[in-house]
Amino acid sequence: MTTTQTAPARQARVAGSRRRFMTRHASWIPVFAAAAILVAMVVGAQLYFGHFLTPRLVSSILLDNSYLLILAVGMTFVILTGGIDLSVGAVMSFTGMMGASLLRAGLPSSVTAPTMLAAGALIGLGIGVLVQYFDVQPFIASLAGMFLARGLGFVVSLESIKVTDSSILWLQGTRLHIGGSGWYVTPTGILALLVVAAGALLLAYTRFGRTVYAVGGNEQSARLMGLPVARTKLLAYVVSGTCAGLAGVVFTAYTGAAYPLNGIGTELDTIAAVVIGGTLLTGGSGFVVGSMIGVLVYGMIKTVINFLGVDQSWTRITIGALLLVFVVVQRVIVARSARRR
Amino acid sequence: MSAVVKHRLFWPLVVLLALILLNTVSRPSFVSITVHDGRLYGSLIDVLRNSAPLMLVALGMTLVIATRGIDLSVGAIMAVSGAVALTIIQDSGDAANPAVLAVAIGTAVGAGLVCGLWNGFLVAVLGIQPIIATLVLMLAGRGIALLITGGFITTINSDPYKFMAQGYVLGLPFAFYVSLAAIAVVALVERRTALGMLTEAVGINPEASRLAGVRARGIIWGAYAASGLLAGFAGILYSSNIMAADANAAGLYIELDAILAVVLGGTSLAGGTFSIAGTVVGVFTIQTLKSTITFLGVPPAVTPVFMAAVVVVVVLVQSRRFRRWVGLLAASLRARSPRRPDRAEVAS
Repeated sequence: MTTTQTAPARQARVAGSRRRFMTRHASWIPVFAAAAILVAMVVGAQLYFGHFLTPRLVSSILLDNSYLLILAVGMTFVILTGGIDLSVGAVMSFTGMMGASLLRAGLPSSVTAPTMLAAGALIGLGIGVLVQYFDVQPFIASLAGMFLARGLGFVVSLESIKVTDSSILWLQGTRLHIGGSGWYVTPTGILALLVVAAGALLLAYTRFGRTVYAVGGNEQSARLMGLPVARTKLLAYVVSGTCAGLAGVVFTAYTGAAYPLNGIGTELDTIAAVVIGGTLLTGGSGFVVGSMIGVLVYGMIKTVINFLGVDQSWTRITIGALLLVFVVVQRVIVARSARRR
Repeated sequence: MSAVVKHRLFWPLVVLLALILLNTVSRPSFVSITVHDGRLYGSLIDVLRNSAPLMLVALGMTLVIATRGIDLSVGAIMAVSGAVALTIIQDSGDAANPAVLAVAIGTAVGAGLVCGLWNGFLVAVLGIQPIIATLVLMLAGRGIALLITGGFITTINSDPYKFMAQGYVLGLPFAFYVSLAAIAVVALVERRTALGMLTEAVGINPEASRLAGVRARGIIWGAYAASGLLAGFAGILYSSNIMAADANAAGLYIELDAILAVVLGGTSLAGGTFSIAGTVVGVFTIQTLKSTITFLGVPPAVTPVFMAAVVVVVVLVQSRRFRRWVGLLAASLRARSPRRPDRAEVAS
């Protein structure tokens, strides 16, 4: 009968539902934290610079980081299974070199691009086989993959190869304007967003995706439940390798040339972006959307430091400091939820 | 015989000797050592001299890996240490003054120690995963080194400083004595006290060792501090070798070489039992491999392919499943050829 509630009861209910929300979405909290940081950075930069938030600049953040976004999606799969993939930067560089030399040899891009993806997938498969069937630690196995890809890139050519293929350059050069106010998006950006969407859907709604979370949460339990652990872990590395191959296509389009020294240290940037995006390195918890936010935070830092005009070495220091903050925050969250159980 | 084959150092040593043999066959001058002005010269001496920074870093890495950790920041710490030392020497304006050098080296090694303590604090006190905790400094460290040098490559001209990496004492390179001293100190502290055993206990099961009364926190912290300190010394040796502080190139990828050396030496990345002698063999193997590649006329850029091949072979040899496959293969081969000479010998 009582349609009006007393104030304390309502407060208690609100607090209760908030707690329920927090516990049910505990794994989303780091993502919210990353999003909050991103918003704070955008607002802070806008207040500080005054003319920061222009459509042009925001559009360019997606353009400049589309390859990193694609790498981060692949890396998320591997980290969710509790592994790590150090090879992505080198694989991206190698597939770029391979693609550029194939294009130079006269092959059409419709053949070259799939070949690049296949090469990435193959290296990922090799790493996965080492990890799954020979009990090699992911760190060491992907390190071998990194050395291999880095060296193969130099085998292709020691100098940079210019890309003149029109369809590859179209990926980057085309500006699809949205509205008339300067917003634009390139095919590479659309490609990256499609990869994010595909990754998110794959993880959230398919049997493979749910198995990835199960394996990362507790591999032993997943195996006892009869889940295909071996296949899933293998596939996670293949996904990461394929993403690295695709990133090779995008990065080649971005720079208009392939160079064997491209992408040194990219694997660390990728891991940092994924961790900032709230994926736990122990596996089993994290989201592709979070990784996207992590990449955007990374892109924002780079842009802000460019804007400030200070030394570029501050980029790395800021990324390192931010990584530290996020890891400590995650640590606190994990410790809290462990205590509550 | 089987005791020899089963010894932990057997396969690492076989790999090293095979490498040296391969070099000697293709280039007999590889093992020859000549004497000039009472100094020894030769490829093997070069290996001893050039391996010193890697040796220091790998020794520290062994301790960290024994506690189930990993230290990715050693290369960045080397860059910081070299930058600190050379900036102090350059600013003093008196590059040959021993007091200035002592202050510079002391401060640089101290900076390495502080970096190591920071890593240890993150891992042991805050409980952050070692890969990420040290990734923070790996990313930020080179930026800090660039700030110290002001974005330039600091170069100095100082004969005493140069001596450390390029000088000779009693016919052998001074850098080799530095690695010997480091090996001796680490071996004595770890193996002549209970510290080594406690470190292994922490690496095998941190929780059980804590319940057994081992101060796991202090031991883990100490391992990272030691790694940072040794990386600080390695940074001095590196900068002394090229007489410049290059924040981008100093110790680049040395963390990977060091981890590889430790794994080659038979220490498992899963923590626990570690072997200092194995690490020493691993370091010499990697250094010999590098000089082999240079000698074979392969462009240095392609070196990673060889490294990848070595890593894959080593981890496969260490893998239980692979060994079983080889065993099964050998058994099936034996079964298919029943008339083997050794059977005839048994019959006679």
